[in-house]
Amino acid sequence: MENNNLREQILFTANADPKKCMKCGKCSGACPNYDEMEYHPHQFVSMVQNGDIEPLLKSESLYLCLTCMVCVERCPRNVQPARFIEAVRLAKIRQQGENRLTPQQIPAKIEEDTPQQLLVSAFRKYTK
Amino acid sequence: MEFLYYPGCTLKNKAKDLDLYARRTAEALGVTLTELPEWQCCGGVYPLGRDEIATKLSSVRNLIAARDAGRDLVTVCAACHNVVKQVNHDMATDDYIRTRVNNYLQPETPYEGETQVLHLLEVLRDKVGFDAIREKVVKPLTGRKIGAYYGCLLLRPSKVLAFDDPENPTIIEDFLRALGAEPVIYAQRNECCGAYAAIENENVPKKRAGAVLSNAKANGAEELVTACPLCMYNLKKQADGTGVKVTYFTELLAEALDIR
Repeated sequence: MENNNLREQILFTANADPKKCMKCGKCSGACPNYDEMEYHPHQFVSMVQNGDIEPLLKSESLYLCLTCMVCVERCPRNVQPARFIEAVRLAKIRQQGENRLTPQQIPAKIEEDTPQQLLVSAFRKYTK
Repeated sequence: MEFLYYPGCTLKNKAKDLDLYARRTAEALGVTLTELPEWQCCGGVYPLGRDEIATKLSSVRNLIAARDAGRDLVTVCAACHNVVKQVNHDMATDDYIRTRVNNYLQPETPYEGETQVLHLLEVLRDKVGFDAIREKVVKPLTGRKIGAYYGCLLLRPSKVLAFDDPENPTIIEDFLRALGAEPVIYAQRNECCGAYAAIENENVPKKRAGAVLSNAKANGAEELVTACPLCMYNLKKQADGTGVKVTYFTELLAEALDIR
């Protein structure tokens, strides 16, 4: 088990227990963005449990969770997979220079009807 | 009936119809929504990390203000509702979060989740009552086939939000029936629209909101109704050219009460 400190940090941030997972796959089966993801919700749970975190930190999948809470809602064991994805994403974007979205990128993205909510939400998920 | 009202950032800007008709229809139904003074933005998405303290502070400031005023806090935006309600739940149940937030904010009386957070739809259902609304409808939406789009934020996680059955909700359909419309039930009504991924990956809302629209249409919906400005944005983009109209629930209510 490599990088034990990182794993402990992620488990603390996630505040959920990956050992409760019984690998039924319901989380990934229900995930609305499954097709876009390299690593799926159930894999985040098991890879954090196994300390296999480096591949997750490098994956685009970190930014493809929509925080829709379907995996949390439908998990029969209350594992809360979204919390693991969030914790790994935070471990990434909390590092210096790892912000996914910067204010400089915003003007080019604004349309007439872009809601403030989109910008606020995107900064919350992609930037520290 | 008087409530403190938390509009949030988007209702003051790009979702003005959601705000304006919330106030006007509430007033017509005997509910006064008094805007919370100096409210702060909720941040748009609930900060899931347990050690995310700073990102929870703005919600707690709003909650403390409501507690100190002795009023329930009413939200209209689905995202604000989700964030403020989940943070409130943390303050009531999570000692780690509660201690750190109170240590930072130093309120005169520590905050422990005392405020009740209500979505306007809950006020309409539980405080006003859909039957009372039905009686006040002057221009019923007769014959209009409308699909309720719940999305994620009103329903999940249901253990915390306790808004409605997360897999088979009925509140918006009951609301539509009270207005005289014909609700259309379709499978995608509680699935995600693509949310904030719209900022960097258009493909995601295209697929997600596209699936919502085509499923609603296939089941006979001619209109969709939502409580979320981001759902509105994502759905509207995909609705272009399909003939499906997307409106806020407060607009439909105003129309039926003839105060639009």
